[in-house]
Amino acid sequence: MRVKVNAEKCEGHNRCCALAPELFDVDDYGTATALNDGNVPPELEAKAKLAVENCPEFAIEYVRDAGKPSK
Amino acid sequence: MTKTPPVDDWATDYDIFDASYVKDPVPVWNELRDKCPIAHTERWGGSWLPTRYEDMQTFVRMVPALSSQDPLVVSQSKEEEAFDPILEEYGNSAPPITSDPPEHIPMRRLILPLFTPKAVEPYRPYAEQLCHDLIDGFIGTGKCDAALDYAVHIPAKTIAHVIGVDSERSDEFVGWVRGLIEEGMTDPVKRVKYRGILRQFFGELVDARKASPRGDLISRLLEQEIDGQPIARKAVVGMCNLLLVAGIDTTWSSISSALWHFSTHPEDRRRIAAEPNLFPSAIEEMLRFYSPVTMAREVTEEVQTGGVTFRTGDKVLLSFPAANHDPEVFENADRVILDRAKNRHIAFGIGSHRCAGSNLARMEMDVALRVWFERIPEFELSDPDAVTWAGGQVRGPRHLPFRFPV
Repeated sequence: MRVKVNAEKCEGHNRCCALAPELFDVDDYGTATALNDGNVPPELEAKAKLAVENCPEFAIEYVRDAGKPSK
Repeated sequence: MTKTPPVDDWATDYDIFDASYVKDPVPVWNELRDKCPIAHTERWGGSWLPTRYEDMQTFVRMVPALSSQDPLVVSQSKEEEAFDPILEEYGNSAPPITSDPPEHIPMRRLILPLFTPKAVEPYRPYAEQLCHDLIDGFIGTGKCDAALDYAVHIPAKTIAHVIGVDSERSDEFVGWVRGLIEEGMTDPVKRVKYRGILRQFFGELVDARKASPRGDLISRLLEQEIDGQPIARKAVVGMCNLLLVAGIDTTWSSISSALWHFSTHPEDRRRIAAEPNLFPSAIEEMLRFYSPVTMAREVTEEVQTGGVTFRTGDKVLLSFPAANHDPEVFENADRVILDRAKNRHIAFGIGSHRCAGSNLARMEMDVALRVWFERIPEFELSDPDAVTWAGGQVRGPRHLPFRFPV
């Protein structure tokens, strides 16, 4: 599984880094980035899903290996 | 509060200060969401009330057609402008909450770094000690007013500590903030009075820090520049004003609402006492279900939406609390589910004005509830009829008489 943060949509609620600090970090302005190039190890997939499903800005999405966003 | 006639038709004549609405707005939102979904009223200067999550997501992004320059749910009246001696100097300005582009983002970027998750963490030990001290003050008696003896002091003293003002004066600060955005919302004389007190207080403080910097938050703001220019005194005073005003009633309401919930839902109280690992999701669920804050926008360009027309000068209420009960987005929206997995709540607002202090608020809620449950896992309302709620801009319990085993 891979995830990415759409920086255009992220407004810094910081829900992702609160729920999955292993997978996301935020800068001084609250904008999130996916750590480790967005790669999610299998044991953290549930946490990644939580981050996706709790983002009020709909800014986190799953990424297919081809680089195309998937559902 | 001024008495107003009872509401017959919520779709065309709602009243956000109506006592039954303040106590439990959920049935009204549900009715309006099915029926309108954007209600209108002429009361309190007139406003529109959207109730759907999707509408709130859309409206926050209509910038600057929906302007933030007057984000209070009741606008200043013309009469008020006439008798407010400081209005000309300061206006209603409390940047960045009252800012639109292009001023907004540079102003906002001055305060955001002060409230990141990492930046607020050092305040946790202060908040923990404070919570224990407050509980030490009443635990032996087996009773307390959880809103007034506990919840209010946590954000009031913590934000005073963060800004670098005397936290011993926090009761006074609470009085000013309530005078401005609670009682002042329906009483312009009060509003002008307390806004004046706040401006005066921070005006003197900003001048003092300018004369001899101390390395505290105000001194740091005064060192900042936007496009090579120092920040205007008026803007720094407005920012301090915002930090205090936005930092007290809001988090007080959230902590009190959570304690009210657990006092009236013993099954949830027992569950969280037994499973403290639920605190993170439970806090988000409390924020969703009892979202305290409604913000407003003023229409600067005509907007046609959802079968209605917002005209220039109209006020649009962004009821984040109503959005957070929308069944289109939240399964079993009107039920508290402590371990709700999918919770895209917008209690802190959304869009470019997302609450800058949300990480501080979350930390304070986390500490307030964890320490409470560690010390007082069993508690209940001693007099349910004595519970009171404030509403309008910020909704939450203001009296919570509790009893608990000693």
